[in-house]
Amino acid sequence: MLDATDLGAIRLTLELAAVSTAILLVIGTPLAWWLATTRSRWKAVLGALVALPLVLPPTVLGFYLLVAMGPQGPIGRLTGALGLGTLAFSFAGLVVGSVIYSLPFVVQPLRQAFEAIGRRPLEVAATLRAGPWDRFVSVVLPLARPGFLTATVLGFAHTVGEFGVVLMIGGNIPDRTRVVSVQIYDHVEALEYARAHWLAGGMVAFSFLVLLLLYSGRRSRPDWT
Amino acid sequence: MGEGIEARFRLPLGDFALEVALELPGRGVSALFGHSGSGKTTLLRCIAGLERAPQARLVVNGECWQDSARGIFLPTHRREIGYVFQEASLFPHLSVRRNLEFGERRIAVAARRVSLPQACALLGIEHLLERMPDGLSGGERQRVAIARALLTSPRLLLMDEPMAALDAARKAEILPYLERLHDELEIPLLYVSHSIEEVVRLADHLVLLADGRVMAHGELRAMLARLDLPIAFAEDAGVVVDAVVAGHDEAYHLTRLAFPGGEVVVTRQPAEAGRRLRFRIHARDVSLADHRVEGSSIVNLLPVTITEIVGADSPAHVLVGMDAGGTPLVARITRRSCDQLVVRPGRRMWAQIKSVALLG
Repeated sequence: MLDATDLGAIRLTLELAAVSTAILLVIGTPLAWWLATTRSRWKAVLGALVALPLVLPPTVLGFYLLVAMGPQGPIGRLTGALGLGTLAFSFAGLVVGSVIYSLPFVVQPLRQAFEAIGRRPLEVAATLRAGPWDRFVSVVLPLARPGFLTATVLGFAHTVGEFGVVLMIGGNIPDRTRVVSVQIYDHVEALEYARAHWLAGGMVAFSFLVLLLLYSGRRSRPDWT
Repeated sequence: MGEGIEARFRLPLGDFALEVALELPGRGVSALFGHSGSGKTTLLRCIAGLERAPQARLVVNGECWQDSARGIFLPTHRREIGYVFQEASLFPHLSVRRNLEFGERRIAVAARRVSLPQACALLGIEHLLERMPDGLSGGERQRVAIARALLTSPRLLLMDEPMAALDAARKAEILPYLERLHDELEIPLLYVSHSIEEVVRLADHLVLLADGRVMAHGELRAMLARLDLPIAFAEDAGVVVDAVVAGHDEAYHLTRLAFPGGEVVVTRQPAEAGRRLRFRIHARDVSLADHRVEGSSIVNLLPVTITEIVGADSPAHVLVGMDAGGTPLVARITRRSCDQLVVRPGRRMWAQIKSVALLG
């Protein structure tokens, strides 16, 4: 069965996923809106940058983040100057890594939802006296609700399933950086297959339920692939 | 500053430029008429602020909304307009009632001149209030969109071919409501259309657009009687006349319609005496005689003075402009008849009107 370290890893994982998803929605919404509406020539560049974590090995991402967060790296210097110490091997560091790693899973569905709305409903709202912020809140947000649901679920689930980045920048500190995927890795290394099964099976069940929820919520073609 | 709309826009648009300078009346329906690609929708969008012309000046009933020389540009949501798009574009996530309230709730209570029940009654949509937009027919959706625009109590109503996406039956369903608007509204309405049928039924003022420029504009009746404009050469060219119901002949089931310069008789209309009725006389339905022809089944004869003769669309025909005591008429007759009857400007003749199309 699950022991205290397993439960600690589960709690930490859920905490990490919740915090990261919240930050992702805050950052991802304006980013996705910009990508969906801009005519800037930087659109393609930024779009590609956001999608990069989809194709890069997590170790590459983790490696650069580790370097950047180190005392000599740009992030490390910034956090050092702010008196925060270094982010590597801390929960905050994991959040930063997760946000970057899961960014495309939040930005893509939002961007597609925004693009699907098009300009017309916004023009209509403007002729009905709604200002820019009012238009976003009263027209874009409700019309993009399925996109927000998809983004939230995928961002959360993808962060839960993170392994490589965590291992590179967070290491394996119980209750601070040891998430479920790392815990499973430890169990397997120690040849404790029975304990690994409990956690691994739990991950499969969780991931399946999440995707089932997503697909049954929208019986038609999902718009986030 | 007086009443009226002053609109000047210069906007490059791909392979042509919108270049418009217009003075429009401060009330009544002005139709922006032209082929697709003539720039009429772009002009409407410029007036709404949905398109930003680099060189522009727009003054609506004394209020400056845009002046590029002074750096003034009022964004769309600050312009007191109502805009009806070609397709109804109701918000799909809101019920009809919430759609209607969307604009109404965004204007000050003191500025509300139209109430929800009034707008619903005017457009006949009281029974739809709790429905969602997907459940409505195209015509119903467009009526809701018009009511929604009215509920912002606009100073200027803009409609971009509101019936273009509808089939003939739905158009026939909406037209009476638009005519009612025309009669009851005290604000100017700019109506974009490429259908002369809609224009003659609704408009008081006609702006002809081609290739982004104003070819001509003026009062509808005068414009339709002008023989130097391409609409005169269309197959269904003709004039419109605003008349008043003068009386009925119950025995023969007929109605007399009076207008400056004469009267015509039509089949019995349900309208009471004194009611205004607009009708159209197609140029092809008017023939000329050099004396008052007795013993003919054509009952509508008007004394006229010939004003103008121009070549028509076919070499066999001419268009004859004439004045029936203040009301302009146009006849399309053969060149041979024109020569044989010695039709020439200044001559007094009789116009025989074979049929009159009532426009409600």
